[in-house]
Amino acid sequence: MRRDPRDLVRYTAGQRANHWIVGISFILLGMSGLALFHPAFYPFALLFGGGTWTRILHPIFGVVMGLAFILMVIRFAKHNLMSRVDWKWIGRIGEMVDGIDEGMPAQGKYNGGQKLMFWLLLLCMLLLIPSGIVLWRTYFDFPVEWVRWAAVVHSATAVVMICLIFVHVYAAIWVTGTVRAMWYGTVTRAWAKQHHRTWFEEVTKR
Amino acid sequence: MALQSLDIQARSATTTPVPGVRETPDLAKLIDISKCIGCKACQVACMQWNDLQGEIGHNIGSYENPHDLNDTTWTLMRFYEVEPEANRLEWLIRKDGCMHCADPGCLAACPSPGAIVQFSNGIVDFHQENCIGCGYCITGCPFDIPRLSKKDEKAYKCTLCSDRVSVGLEPACVKTCPTGAITFGSKRDMINHAKERILDLNERGFAQAGLYDPQGVGGTHVMYVLQHADRPELYGLPKDPTVSPLVELWKGIAKPLAIATMAFVGFASLFHYVTKGPNAVSKEIEKEVEKEEEEQA
Ligand code: HEM
Ligand code: SF4
Repeated sequence: MRRDPRDLVRYTAGQRANHWIVGISFILLGMSGLALFHPAFYPFALLFGGGTWTRILHPIFGVVMGLAFILMVIRFAKHNLMSRVDWKWIGRIGEMVDGIDEGMPAQGKYNGGQKLMFWLLLLCMLLLIPSGIVLWRTYFDFPVEWVRWAAVVHSATAVVMICLIFVHVYAAIWVTGTVRAMWYGTVTRAWAKQHHRTWFEEVTKR
Repeated sequence: MALQSLDIQARSATTTPVPGVRETPDLAKLIDISKCIGCKACQVACMQWNDLQGEIGHNIGSYENPHDLNDTTWTLMRFYEVEPEANRLEWLIRKDGCMHCADPGCLAACPSPGAIVQFSNGIVDFHQENCIGCGYCITGCPFDIPRLSKKDEKAYKCTLCSDRVSVGLEPACVKTCPTGAITFGSKRDMINHAKERILDLNERGFAQAGLYDPQGVGGTHVMYVLQHADRPELYGLPKDPTVSPLVELWKGIAKPLAIATMAFVGFASLFHYVTKGPNAVSKEIEKEVEKEEEEQA
Protein backbone atom coordinates (compact mmCIF):
# COMPACT_ATOMS: atom_id res chain seq x y z
CA MET A 1 0.00 0.00 0.00
CA ARG A 2 1.31 3.44 -0.87
CA ARG A 3 -0.08 6.14 1.39
CA ASP A 4 0.93 8.81 -1.08
CA PRO A 5 1.47 7.89 -4.74
CA ARG A 6 4.62 9.98 -4.68
CA ASP A 7 6.25 7.94 -1.87
CA LEU A 8 9.28 5.91 -2.85
CA VAL A 9 9.38 2.13 -2.56
CA ARG A 10 12.33 1.04 -0.47
CA TYR A 11 11.48 -2.59 0.34
CA THR A 12 9.30 -5.25 -1.28
CA ALA A 13 6.92 -7.30 0.85
CA GLY A 14 9.24 -10.30 0.53
CA GLN A 15 12.22 -8.31 1.77
CA ARG A 16 10.24 -6.97 4.71
CA ALA A 17 8.95 -10.42 5.69
CA ASN A 18 12.49 -11.76 5.48
CA HIS A 19 13.75 -8.98 7.73
CA TRP A 20 10.98 -9.53 10.28
CA ILE A 21 11.75 -13.24 10.49
CA VAL A 22 15.37 -12.38 11.21
CA GLY A 23 14.34 -9.69 13.71
CA ILE A 24 11.87 -11.83 15.62
CA SER A 25 14.19 -14.80 15.79
CA PHE A 26 16.98 -12.48 16.92
CA ILE A 27 14.89 -11.24 19.85
CA LEU A 28 13.96 -14.80 20.81
CA LEU A 29 17.60 -15.89 20.47
CA GLY A 30 18.92 -12.97 22.46
CA MET A 31 16.52 -13.50 25.34
CA SER A 32 16.86 -17.28 25.47
CA GLY A 33 20.63 -17.04 25.07
CA LEU A 34 21.05 -14.40 27.77
CA ALA A 35 18.98 -16.56 30.14
CA LEU A 36 21.68 -19.23 29.80
CA PHE A 37 24.52 -16.73 29.99
CA HIS A 38 23.96 -14.86 33.26
CA PRO A 39 21.69 -15.63 36.24
CA ALA A 40 20.49 -12.00 36.12
CA PHE A 41 18.68 -12.89 32.88
CA TYR A 42 17.53 -16.36 33.97
CA PRO A 43 13.94 -15.08 34.44
CA PHE A 44 13.73 -14.78 30.63
CA ALA A 45 13.63 -18.59 30.64
CA LEU A 46 10.06 -18.37 31.97
CA LEU A 47 8.98 -16.77 28.69
CA PHE A 48 10.01 -19.92 26.86
CA GLY A 49 8.43 -22.42 29.26
CA GLY A 50 11.32 -22.87 31.70
CA GLY A 51 15.02 -23.62 31.53
CA THR A 52 14.73 -26.92 29.70
CA TRP A 53 12.48 -25.46 26.98
CA THR A 54 14.84 -22.50 26.67
CA ARG A 55 17.73 -24.90 26.10
CA ILE A 56 15.71 -26.89 23.55
CA LEU A 57 14.32 -23.89 21.68
CA HIS A 58 17.34 -21.58 21.47
CA PRO A 59 19.29 -23.57 18.86
CA ILE A 60 16.11 -24.17 16.87
CA PHE A 61 15.48 -20.41 16.69
CA GLY A 62 19.15 -20.25 15.70
CA VAL A 63 18.59 -22.47 12.68
CA VAL A 64 15.57 -20.35 11.62
CA MET A 65 17.54 -17.13 11.98
CA GLY A 66 20.60 -18.62 10.28
CA LEU A 67 18.59 -19.57 7.18
CA ALA A 68 16.63 -16.31 7.06
CA PHE A 69 19.81 -14.32 7.59
CA ILE A 70 21.65 -16.04 4.73
CA LEU A 71 18.70 -15.32 2.45
CA MET A 72 18.79 -11.67 3.50
CA VAL A 73 22.53 -11.45 2.84
CA ILE A 74 22.00 -12.83 -0.67
CA ARG A 75 19.30 -10.21 -1.24
CA PHE A 76 21.16 -7.19 0.13
CA ALA A 77 24.89 -7.84 -0.29
CA LYS A 78 25.12 -6.08 -3.66
CA HIS A 79 23.69 -2.89 -2.15
CA ASN A 80 26.23 -2.93 0.66
CA LEU A 81 29.54 -2.95 -1.22
CA MET A 82 31.74 -0.30 0.35
CA SER A 83 33.03 2.54 -1.81
CA ARG A 84 35.40 5.44 -1.17
CA VAL A 85 32.45 7.79 -0.35
CA ASP A 86 31.26 5.32 2.28
CA TRP A 87 34.59 5.42 4.08
CA LYS A 88 34.57 9.21 3.85
CA TRP A 89 31.11 9.22 5.39
CA ILE A 90 32.26 6.91 8.19
CA GLY A 91 35.26 9.16 8.81
CA ARG A 92 32.84 12.00 9.53
CA ILE A 93 30.33 9.96 11.55
CA GLY A 94 30.83 12.36 14.47
CA GLU A 95 28.82 15.01 12.63
CA MET A 96 26.00 12.51 12.09
CA VAL A 97 25.95 11.57 15.77
CA ASP A 98 25.88 15.27 16.62
CA GLY A 99 22.80 15.61 14.43
CA ILE A 100 24.49 18.15 12.13
CA ASP A 101 24.60 16.07 8.97
CA GLU A 102 23.81 18.62 6.24
CA GLY A 103 27.38 18.77 4.99
CA MET A 104 27.99 15.00 4.91
CA PRO A 105 28.80 13.29 1.57
CA ALA A 106 25.66 12.31 -0.40
CA GLN A 107 24.76 8.66 0.12
CA GLY A 108 23.28 5.91 -2.04
CA LYS A 109 20.62 3.46 -0.86
CA TYR A 110 22.70 2.81 2.27
CA ASN A 111 25.14 5.07 4.02
CA GLY A 112 28.61 3.98 5.06
CA GLY A 113 27.49 3.26 8.61
CA GLN A 114 24.65 1.01 7.46
CA LYS A 115 27.00 -0.87 5.16
CA LEU A 116 29.57 -1.35 7.88
CA MET A 117 26.77 -2.59 10.16
CA PHE A 118 25.74 -5.08 7.48
CA TRP A 119 29.21 -6.63 7.24
CA LEU A 120 29.74 -6.64 11.02
CA LEU A 121 26.43 -8.44 11.53
CA LEU A 122 27.40 -10.97 8.87
CA LEU A 123 30.71 -11.53 10.64
CA CYS A 124 28.84 -12.07 13.92
CA MET A 125 26.58 -14.66 12.33
CA LEU A 126 29.57 -16.43 10.78
CA LEU A 127 30.97 -16.79 14.29
CA LEU A 128 27.66 -17.55 16.04
CA ILE A 129 26.40 -20.31 13.75
CA PRO A 130 29.41 -22.66 13.90
CA SER A 131 30.08 -22.00 17.60
CA GLY A 132 26.39 -22.59 18.34
CA ILE A 133 26.53 -25.94 16.57
CA VAL A 134 29.59 -26.93 18.59
CA LEU A 135 27.69 -26.06 21.80
CA TRP A 136 24.63 -28.08 20.76
CA ARG A 137 25.05 -31.17 22.93
CA THR A 138 21.67 -32.65 22.11
CA TYR A 139 22.86 -33.59 18.63
CA PHE A 140 26.63 -33.12 18.58
CA ASP A 141 29.59 -34.21 20.64
CA PHE A 142 32.71 -32.20 19.81
CA PRO A 143 36.04 -32.41 21.70
CA VAL A 144 35.66 -30.58 25.00
CA GLU A 145 38.38 -28.03 24.18
CA TRP A 146 36.39 -27.01 21.08
CA VAL A 147 33.27 -26.64 23.18
CA ARG A 148 35.15 -24.38 25.61
CA TRP A 149 36.32 -22.15 22.77
CA ALA A 150 32.84 -22.18 21.27
CA ALA A 151 31.32 -21.06 24.58
CA VAL A 152 33.64 -18.06 24.77
CA VAL A 153 33.24 -17.16 21.09
CA HIS A 154 29.46 -17.67 21.11
CA SER A 155 28.76 -15.61 24.21
CA ALA A 156 31.21 -12.80 23.35
CA THR A 157 29.94 -12.55 19.77
CA ALA A 158 26.33 -12.62 20.97
CA VAL A 159 26.99 -9.64 23.24
CA VAL A 160 28.69 -7.72 20.42
CA MET A 161 25.79 -8.52 18.10
CA ILE A 162 23.20 -7.45 20.69
CA CYS A 163 25.03 -4.10 21.04
CA LEU A 164 25.18 -3.69 17.25
CA ILE A 165 21.44 -4.38 17.02
CA PHE A 166 20.74 -1.82 19.76
CA VAL A 167 22.53 0.72 17.58
CA HIS A 168 20.71 -0.51 14.44
CA VAL A 169 17.27 -0.24 16.07
CA TYR A 170 18.07 3.06 17.75
CA ALA A 171 19.28 4.57 14.47
CA ALA A 172 15.99 3.59 12.83
CA ILE A 173 13.99 5.21 15.62
CA TRP A 174 16.19 8.30 15.82
CA VAL A 175 15.93 9.08 12.10
CA THR A 176 12.24 9.97 11.91
CA GLY A 177 10.34 8.39 9.04
CA THR A 178 12.58 5.32 8.81
CA VAL A 179 10.67 2.64 10.71
CA ARG A 180 7.75 2.79 8.23
CA ALA A 181 10.13 1.37 5.59
CA MET A 182 10.04 -1.88 7.57
CA TRP A 183 6.26 -1.72 8.16
CA TYR A 184 4.93 -0.94 4.71
CA GLY A 185 8.02 -0.51 2.59
CA THR A 186 7.87 3.13 1.52
CA VAL A 187 9.54 6.38 2.52
CA THR A 188 8.75 9.98 1.67
CA ARG A 189 10.65 11.82 -1.04
CA ALA A 190 11.89 14.39 1.44
CA TRP A 191 13.27 11.62 3.69
CA ALA A 192 15.12 10.10 0.77
CA LYS A 193 16.49 13.44 -0.40
CA GLN A 194 17.77 14.31 3.04
CA HIS A 195 19.35 10.99 4.00
CA HIS A 196 20.13 9.17 0.76
CA ARG A 197 20.45 11.85 -1.89
CA THR A 198 22.28 9.76 -4.49
CA TRP A 199 19.65 7.04 -4.22
CA PHE A 200 16.89 9.70 -4.36
CA GLU A 201 18.32 11.07 -7.59
CA GLU A 202 18.64 7.58 -9.09
CA VAL A 203 15.05 6.58 -8.41
CA THR A 204 13.39 9.89 -9.25
CA LYS A 205 15.02 10.65 -12.60
CA ARG A 206 13.23 9.01 -15.48
CA MET B 1 19.44 -36.27 44.67
CA ALA B 2 16.85 -34.16 46.36
CA LEU B 3 17.69 -31.22 48.55
CA GLN B 4 17.46 -32.85 51.98
CA SER B 5 19.58 -30.52 54.00
CA LEU B 6 20.55 -26.89 54.13
CA ASP B 7 24.27 -27.31 54.70
CA ILE B 8 25.14 -25.82 51.33
CA GLN B 9 28.36 -24.06 50.45
CA ALA B 10 27.88 -23.18 46.80
CA ARG B 11 24.97 -23.29 44.37
CA SER B 12 25.08 -22.98 40.59
CA ALA B 13 23.99 -19.73 38.87
CA THR B 14 23.38 -18.01 42.19
CA THR B 15 24.80 -14.60 43.05
CA THR B 16 23.41 -14.16 46.58
CA PRO B 17 24.39 -16.11 49.74
CA VAL B 18 23.25 -19.74 49.82
CA PRO B 19 21.48 -21.37 52.81
CA GLY B 20 24.65 -22.31 54.61
CA VAL B 21 24.41 -21.84 58.37
CA ARG B 22 24.87 -25.56 58.99
CA GLU B 23 28.48 -26.58 58.82
CA THR B 24 29.68 -30.13 58.55
CA PRO B 25 33.29 -31.32 58.55
CA ASP B 26 35.18 -31.81 55.29
CA LEU B 27 34.75 -35.39 54.18
CA ALA B 28 36.80 -37.38 51.71
CA LYS B 29 37.05 -40.75 50.04
CA LEU B 30 40.51 -42.22 49.68
CA ILE B 31 41.15 -44.76 46.93
CA ASP B 32 44.36 -46.72 47.41
CA ILE B 33 45.21 -48.00 43.96
CA SER B 34 47.94 -50.28 45.34
CA LYS B 35 45.30 -52.26 47.21
CA CYS B 36 42.74 -52.49 44.39
CA ILE B 37 42.36 -55.89 42.73
CA GLY B 38 39.95 -54.74 40.03
CA CYS B 39 37.04 -56.92 41.17
CA LYS B 40 34.48 -54.16 40.39
CA ALA B 41 32.45 -54.84 43.54
CA CYS B 42 32.30 -51.05 44.02
CA GLN B 43 30.96 -50.60 40.49
CA VAL B 44 28.22 -53.14 41.21
CA ALA B 45 27.45 -51.63 44.61
CA CYS B 46 27.04 -48.22 42.98
CA MET B 47 24.55 -49.61 40.46
CA GLN B 48 22.71 -51.52 43.14
CA TRP B 49 22.40 -48.70 45.66
CA ASN B 50 21.43 -46.14 43.02
CA ASP B 51 19.09 -48.48 41.10
CA LEU B 52 21.02 -48.11 37.86
CA GLN B 53 20.97 -50.75 35.15
CA GLY B 54 22.97 -49.97 32.02
CA GLU B 55 22.47 -51.56 28.64
CA ILE B 56 24.38 -54.76 27.97
CA GLY B 57 27.35 -53.91 25.75
CA HIS B 58 30.00 -55.79 23.77
CA ASN B 59 33.37 -57.18 24.72
CA ILE B 60 36.07 -55.30 22.84
CA GLY B 61 38.99 -57.13 24.41
CA SER B 62 39.33 -55.05 27.55
CA TYR B 63 38.33 -55.61 31.14
CA GLU B 64 36.74 -52.18 31.09
CA ASN B 65 33.02 -52.72 31.09
CA PRO B 66 31.28 -50.60 29.96
CA HIS B 67 33.95 -48.78 27.94
CA ASP B 68 33.25 -45.36 29.42
CA LEU B 69 31.32 -43.62 32.15
CA ASN B 70 27.70 -42.98 31.16
CA ASP B 71 24.40 -41.86 32.62
CA THR B 72 23.96 -45.18 34.42
CA THR B 73 27.65 -45.82 35.19
CA TRP B 74 28.80 -43.28 37.75
CA THR B 75 31.94 -45.14 38.63
CA LEU B 76 34.05 -47.31 36.33
CA MET B 77 37.13 -49.46 36.82
CA ARG B 78 39.74 -48.40 34.25
CA PHE B 79 42.56 -50.79 33.40
CA TYR B 80 46.00 -49.61 32.24
CA GLU B 81 48.83 -51.90 31.15
CA VAL B 82 51.95 -49.75 31.45
CA GLU B 83 55.72 -50.06 31.70
CA PRO B 84 56.83 -47.36 34.14
CA GLU B 85 60.36 -48.71 33.64
CA ALA B 86 61.59 -50.73 30.70
CA ASN B 87 60.64 -54.40 30.95
CA ARG B 88 58.59 -53.92 34.09
CA LEU B 89 54.95 -54.41 33.22
CA GLU B 90 52.40 -53.07 35.68
CA TRP B 91 48.67 -53.44 35.61
CA LEU B 92 47.20 -50.29 37.08
CA ILE B 93 43.52 -50.29 37.91
CA ARG B 94 41.79 -47.04 38.79
CA LYS B 95 38.27 -46.47 40.01
CA ASP B 96 37.15 -43.49 37.91
CA GLY B 97 34.34 -41.13 38.91
CA CYS B 98 33.67 -37.64 40.16
CA MET B 99 36.51 -36.14 42.20
CA HIS B 100 34.22 -33.79 44.17
CA CYS B 101 36.52 -30.82 43.60
CA ALA B 102 36.71 -28.07 46.20
CA ASP B 103 36.63 -25.70 43.20
CA PRO B 104 34.18 -27.49 40.90
CA GLY B 105 34.26 -26.48 37.23
CA CYS B 106 30.87 -28.12 36.66
CA LEU B 107 29.21 -25.87 39.23
CA ALA B 108 30.91 -22.76 37.88
CA ALA B 109 29.72 -23.54 34.37
CA CYS B 110 26.12 -24.53 35.19
CA PRO B 111 23.58 -21.87 34.06
CA SER B 112 20.60 -23.27 35.97
CA PRO B 113 20.10 -22.00 39.54
CA GLY B 114 20.42 -24.86 42.00
CA ALA B 115 21.04 -27.65 39.48
CA ILE B 116 24.45 -28.21 41.05
CA VAL B 117 25.22 -27.65 44.72
CA GLN B 118 28.24 -28.17 46.88
CA PHE B 119 27.51 -29.22 50.45
CA SER B 120 29.68 -27.89 53.25
CA ASN B 121 31.11 -31.41 53.68
CA GLY B 122 32.58 -31.07 50.19
CA ILE B 123 30.17 -33.27 48.20
CA VAL B 124 29.29 -31.82 44.78
CA ASP B 125 25.80 -32.97 43.89
CA PHE B 126 23.62 -32.61 40.79
CA HIS B 127 19.92 -31.90 41.36
CA GLN B 128 18.42 -33.35 38.21
CA GLU B 129 15.04 -31.72 38.87
CA ASN B 130 16.69 -28.36 38.13
CA CYS B 131 18.90 -29.63 35.31
CA ILE B 132 18.04 -28.18 31.90
CA GLY B 133 20.27 -30.53 29.91
CA CYS B 134 22.65 -27.99 28.33
CA GLY B 135 25.76 -30.02 29.20
CA TYR B 136 27.77 -26.99 30.38
CA CYS B 137 28.93 -29.09 33.38
CA ILE B 138 30.76 -31.36 30.92
CA THR B 139 32.42 -28.29 29.41
CA GLY B 140 33.47 -27.08 32.87
CA CYS B 141 34.79 -30.37 34.32
CA PRO B 142 38.57 -30.91 34.13
CA PHE B 143 38.14 -34.67 34.69
CA ASP B 144 35.59 -35.50 31.95
CA ILE B 145 33.04 -36.87 34.42
CA PRO B 146 29.41 -35.74 33.92
CA ARG B 147 27.35 -37.49 31.24
CA LEU B 148 24.11 -36.37 29.58
CA SER B 149 21.49 -39.09 29.45
CA LYS B 150 19.98 -39.85 26.05
CA LYS B 151 16.86 -40.98 27.87
CA ASP B 152 15.92 -37.78 29.73
CA GLU B 153 18.59 -35.23 28.67
CA LYS B 154 19.73 -34.65 32.25
CA ALA B 155 23.33 -34.81 33.48
CA TYR B 156 24.42 -37.55 35.89
CA LYS B 157 27.53 -38.40 37.88
CA CYS B 158 28.68 -39.88 41.20
CA THR B 159 26.87 -38.31 44.18
CA LEU B 160 29.43 -39.61 46.70
CA CYS B 161 26.26 -41.23 48.04
CA SER B 162 25.11 -37.88 49.46
CA ASP B 163 21.90 -39.63 50.54
CA ARG B 164 23.78 -42.24 52.57
CA VAL B 165 26.32 -39.78 53.93
CA SER B 166 23.58 -37.39 55.12
CA VAL B 167 22.29 -40.13 57.44
CA GLY B 168 25.73 -41.16 58.66
CA LEU B 169 26.50 -44.07 56.33
CA GLU B 170 29.60 -44.47 54.18
CA PRO B 171 29.22 -44.50 50.38
CA ALA B 172 28.10 -47.83 48.87
CA CYS B 173 31.45 -48.43 47.14
CA VAL B 174 33.34 -47.97 50.41
CA LYS B 175 30.99 -50.32 52.22
CA THR B 176 31.51 -53.07 49.69
CA CYS B 177 35.24 -53.00 48.86
CA PRO B 178 36.63 -56.40 49.93
CA THR B 179 40.28 -55.30 50.19
CA GLY B 180 39.82 -52.04 52.03
CA ALA B 181 41.21 -50.09 49.08
CA ILE B 182 38.47 -47.47 49.52
CA THR B 183 38.16 -45.65 52.82
CA PHE B 184 35.95 -42.76 53.85
CA GLY B 185 36.08 -40.20 56.66
CA SER B 186 37.10 -36.66 57.44
CA LYS B 187 39.52 -35.25 54.90
CA ARG B 188 42.18 -34.83 57.59
CA ASP B 189 41.93 -38.45 58.66
CA MET B 190 42.09 -39.61 55.07
CA ILE B 191 45.24 -37.57 54.43
CA ASN B 192 46.82 -39.07 57.56
CA HIS B 193 45.81 -42.56 56.48
CA ALA B 194 47.29 -41.88 53.04
CA LYS B 195 50.59 -40.84 54.63
CA GLU B 196 50.86 -44.22 56.37
CA ARG B 197 50.08 -46.02 53.12
CA ILE B 198 52.68 -43.97 51.25
CA LEU B 199 55.38 -44.81 53.82
CA ASP B 200 54.51 -48.48 53.45
CA LEU B 201 54.71 -48.23 49.65
CA ASN B 202 58.05 -46.39 49.87
CA GLU B 203 59.44 -49.30 51.88
CA ARG B 204 58.20 -51.70 49.25
CA GLY B 205 60.18 -50.00 46.51
CA PHE B 206 57.74 -47.38 45.25
CA ALA B 207 59.89 -44.35 45.91
CA GLN B 208 57.51 -42.01 44.08
CA ALA B 209 54.33 -43.15 45.85
CA GLY B 210 52.15 -40.23 46.84
CA LEU B 211 48.76 -38.67 47.32
CA TYR B 212 46.68 -37.29 44.43
CA ASP B 213 44.77 -34.31 45.84
CA PRO B 214 45.24 -31.78 43.01
CA GLN B 215 45.53 -28.22 44.34
CA GLY B 216 44.70 -26.68 40.96
CA VAL B 217 41.04 -27.38 41.71
CA GLY B 218 41.43 -26.49 45.39
CA GLY B 219 41.99 -30.12 46.35
CA THR B 220 39.43 -32.89 45.93
CA HIS B 221 37.12 -34.88 48.16
CA VAL B 222 38.01 -38.07 46.32
CA MET B 223 41.74 -38.70 46.56
CA TYR B 224 44.02 -41.44 45.30
CA VAL B 225 47.11 -43.09 46.68
CA LEU B 226 49.25 -43.65 43.58
CA GLN B 227 52.34 -45.88 43.37
CA HIS B 228 53.72 -43.42 40.77
CA ALA B 229 52.42 -40.08 42.00
CA ASP B 230 55.00 -38.29 39.83
CA ARG B 231 53.24 -39.66 36.72
CA PRO B 232 49.46 -39.55 37.20
CA GLU B 233 49.12 -39.82 33.39
CA LEU B 234 49.92 -43.55 33.78
CA TYR B 235 46.51 -43.84 35.44
CA GLY B 236 44.70 -41.63 32.95
CA LEU B 237 44.69 -38.72 35.43
CA PRO B 238 45.61 -35.15 34.44
CA LYS B 239 48.92 -34.01 35.93
CA ASP B 240 47.95 -30.52 37.11
CA PRO B 241 44.21 -30.22 36.58
CA THR B 242 42.62 -26.78 36.77
CA VAL B 243 39.34 -25.36 35.59
CA SER B 244 40.19 -24.33 32.00
CA PRO B 245 41.13 -20.64 31.63
CA LEU B 246 38.51 -20.48 28.86
CA VAL B 247 35.82 -21.56 31.32
CA GLU B 248 37.15 -19.05 33.88
CA LEU B 249 36.88 -16.31 31.26
CA TRP B 250 33.42 -17.37 30.09
CA LYS B 251 32.02 -17.70 33.61
CA GLY B 252 34.11 -14.94 35.18
CA ILE B 253 34.88 -11.48 33.84
CA ALA B 254 32.84 -12.01 30.64
CA LYS B 255 29.56 -11.85 32.59
CA PRO B 256 29.82 -8.44 34.32
CA LEU B 257 31.66 -7.03 31.30
CA ALA B 258 28.82 -8.12 29.00
CA ILE B 259 26.16 -6.56 31.21
CA ALA B 260 28.12 -3.31 31.51
CA THR B 261 28.64 -3.10 27.73
CA MET B 262 25.00 -3.77 26.87
CA ALA B 263 23.77 -1.34 29.52
CA PHE B 264 26.19 1.31 28.28
CA VAL B 265 25.01 1.02 24.66
CA GLY B 266 21.36 1.00 25.72
CA PHE B 267 21.64 4.05 27.98
CA ALA B 268 23.91 5.89 25.53
CA SER B 269 21.17 5.56 22.89
CA LEU B 270 18.49 6.78 25.29
CA PHE B 271 20.50 9.79 26.40
CA HIS B 272 21.51 10.55 22.84
CA TYR B 273 17.82 10.89 21.98
CA VAL B 274 17.17 12.95 25.06
CA THR B 275 20.06 15.34 24.39
CA LYS B 276 20.01 15.59 20.57
CA GLY B 277 16.35 14.99 19.79
CA PRO B 278 15.09 13.10 16.74
CA ASN B 279 16.80 13.43 13.39
CA ALA B 280 13.74 14.69 11.48
CA VAL B 281 13.57 15.69 7.83
CA SER B 282 14.35 19.40 7.62
CA LYS B 283 11.59 21.84 6.68
CA GLU B 284 13.87 23.20 3.95
CA ILE B 285 14.14 19.88 2.14
CA GLU B 286 10.42 19.27 2.57
CA LYS B 287 9.76 22.59 0.82
CA GLU B 288 12.29 21.82 -1.92
CA VAL B 289 10.62 18.50 -2.61
CA GLU B 290 7.16 20.11 -2.64
CA LYS B 291 8.37 22.68 -5.16
CA GLU B 292 9.85 19.98 -7.42
CA GLU B 293 6.53 18.16 -7.28
CA GLU B 294 4.58 21.28 -8.26
CA GLU B 295 6.93 21.90 -11.16
CA GLN B 296 6.47 18.35 -12.41
CA ALA B 297 2.68 18.48 -12.06
C1 HEM C 1 22.69 -18.95 14.52
C2 HEM C 1 22.52 -20.07 15.07
C3 HEM C 1 22.65 -20.32 16.56
C4 HEM C 1 22.76 -21.56 17.11
C5 HEM C 1 22.76 -22.90 16.35
C6 HEM C 1 22.89 -21.38 18.53
C7 HEM C 1 23.07 -22.40 19.45
C8 HEM C 1 23.34 -22.23 20.77
C9 HEM C 1 23.52 -23.29 21.70
C10 HEM C 1 23.46 -24.77 21.36
C11 HEM C 1 23.75 -22.74 22.92
C12 HEM C 1 23.98 -23.49 24.21
C13 HEM C 1 22.69 -23.61 24.97
C14 HEM C 1 21.81 -24.67 24.45
O1 HEM C 1 22.21 -25.84 24.37
O2 HEM C 1 20.66 -24.35 24.11
C15 HEM C 1 23.71 -21.32 22.78
C16 HEM C 1 23.90 -20.39 23.78
C17 HEM C 1 23.78 -19.01 23.62
N1 HEM C 1 23.42 -18.34 22.47
FE1 HEM C 1 23.17 -19.20 20.67
N2 HEM C 1 22.84 -20.05 18.83
C18 HEM C 1 22.69 -19.36 17.65
C19 HEM C 1 22.54 -17.98 17.49
C20 HEM C 1 22.57 -17.06 18.52
C21 HEM C 1 22.38 -15.63 18.35
C22 HEM C 1 22.07 -14.90 17.04
C23 HEM C 1 22.53 -15.07 19.56
C24 HEM C 1 22.47 -13.60 19.87
C25 HEM C 1 21.48 -12.98 20.26
C26 HEM C 1 22.82 -16.14 20.50
C27 HEM C 1 23.04 -15.98 21.85
C28 HEM C 1 23.39 -16.98 22.73
C29 HEM C 1 23.79 -16.77 24.08
C30 HEM C 1 23.92 -15.41 24.80
C31 HEM C 1 24.03 -18.04 24.63
C32 HEM C 1 24.46 -18.35 26.04
C33 HEM C 1 25.94 -18.54 26.04
C34 HEM C 1 26.39 -18.84 27.41
O3 HEM C 1 25.75 -19.59 28.11
O4 HEM C 1 27.43 -18.30 27.77
N3 HEM C 1 22.84 -17.34 19.83
N4 HEM C 1 23.46 -21.02 21.45
S1 SF4 D 1 35.23 -33.92 38.93
FE1 SF4 D 1 34.02 -32.79 37.41
S2 SF4 D 1 31.88 -33.28 37.92
FE2 SF4 D 1 33.14 -33.84 39.75
S3 SF4 D 1 33.10 -31.97 41.05
FE3 SF4 D 1 34.96 -31.83 39.77
S4 SF4 D 1 34.23 -30.60 38.02
FE4 SF4 D 1 32.37 -31.38 39.02
